[in-house]
Amino acid sequence: MADVLTVIIITLGAIILGIILIYNSLIRLRNIADTSWAQIDVQLKRRADLIPNLINTVKGYMKHEKQTLTELTKARTDIMKGGDINKKLAASDQLTSALKTLFAVSENYPDLKANQNFMMLQEELSGTESKIAYARQAYNDSVLDLHNKLQTFPSNVIANLFGFKAKEYFKITESDKKNVKVDF
Amino acid sequence: MNFYKEIQSNQRKTYILLVFFSLIVILLGAVIGMLFIGSYLFGMVIAFIIAILYSFLAYQSGDSMILGSARAKELKKEDDPYLFNLVEGLAISAQIPKPKIYLINEESMNAFATGKDPKHASIAVTSGLRKRMNRLELEGVISHEMSHIKNYDIRVMMLVTVLLGVVVLLSDIIFRSFIWAPRNGRSESKGQGALIFLAIAIVLAILAPIVAQLMRLAISRKREYLADATGAKLTHYPKGLADALEKIKNDHDVTVDTANKATAHLYIENPLREKKGFMVKLFSTHPDINDRIKKLRLM
Repeated sequence: MADVLTVIIITLGAIILGIILIYNSLIRLRNIADTSWAQIDVQLKRRADLIPNLINTVKGYMKHEKQTLTELTKARTDIMKGGDINKKLAASDQLTSALKTLFAVSENYPDLKANQNFMMLQEELSGTESKIAYARQAYNDSVLDLHNKLQTFPSNVIANLFGFKAKEYFKITESDKKNVKVDF
Repeated sequence: MNFYKEIQSNQRKTYILLVFFSLIVILLGAVIGMLFIGSYLFGMVIAFIIAILYSFLAYQSGDSMILGSARAKELKKEDDPYLFNLVEGLAISAQIPKPKIYLINEESMNAFATGKDPKHASIAVTSGLRKRMNRLELEGVISHEMSHIKNYDIRVMMLVTVLLGVVVLLSDIIFRSFIWAPRNGRSESKGQGALIFLAIAIVLAILAPIVAQLMRLAISRKREYLADATGAKLTHYPKGLADALEKIKNDHDVTVDTANKATAHLYIENPLREKKGFMVKLFSTHPDINDRIKKLRLM
């Protein structure tokens, strides 16, 4: 009788321990996905913060490029407005294309191109741009890890039990891929 | 990417290393104690204390010792914003804090990472690598180092260098001075001193090849292939690292002057390739570069 009881207790103990371990690993994966999501936001904001500085530097040189500068400011305010990250990313794409125009136009202003501050900002902006792409990719990687756990046995049972939800992947567009691989 | 298994295996290796190092030091202590003080037990106790203190020092500041011996200088963001942005981006991709960045003033192209964990990690690149590689190649090299950091290879490799490497270096120094020292007769005046010196030299000479073999076991060439593969996953572009290795392979200057037998295994590609000989071969921990390039090109 005592033997049976021991076996039952040991089995129960092992099951509970297993559940705890799986639960903890699910929490860990979800936290990693959440942090990488937040990282995208951090990088978007960092890039937006560089824009006023850029406009101040550029203003003195570019008298005839009002249009480009307005576009930049608008894209920036859209990012700063907040809200859903997908909206922010759309605004960020606007910002990217406005920046591209600005840097293309800057070719016509040799003084500006030689400006130390401008060169620094240019490097910072393209640097944060690839960081945004990396952050998106890191988020997707972490979502993949989470989904693997959510869909495989036995962790899927525990995930269901505690209501762990799948997360959405980012679609990495062709233009994003190219952005990361720019050679300059 | 699941680094869990590698981290666990590295954790195990760290413990084995620490125990092994202590045993070697205690053995040395016993020999010295017996010859010098006439009490092997006393020597062992002293050696044990030294082993613990040195292990602690190695763990806490092994990275500074290694970076110092490579004459690497820490960079600030203003010094090289381009490199900083690149490293920061890859740190985001690897989901680890940004490591500190060091530059080694050296024309040949090489790089290594060290530190006790991802929160206290450093990446050192030679100025030759920084200057002569384009962004994609540089990303490939840095992502390889990021993988070493993320799976705690850096901790094992740092301890291997500082704990085991010291035996190798000491035996190297003593052995050389023993061979080349002028023998001015068998003067009795140096009697006991020479005897101790001889004893240490013999013990170290016996230990060095064993330790060298151990270093190779602890490091294992698999580690480099693994870092290549996970690095390629970070950039999603294996060609970058393949091109970088190709460039290193075809370079005429391959020796890093500040590298030595104890630190050579840290580098992305063997920094002592030009120095031939039995000892160098014995310490070679790098897999064939052609094979690495081939594997990356197939990814």
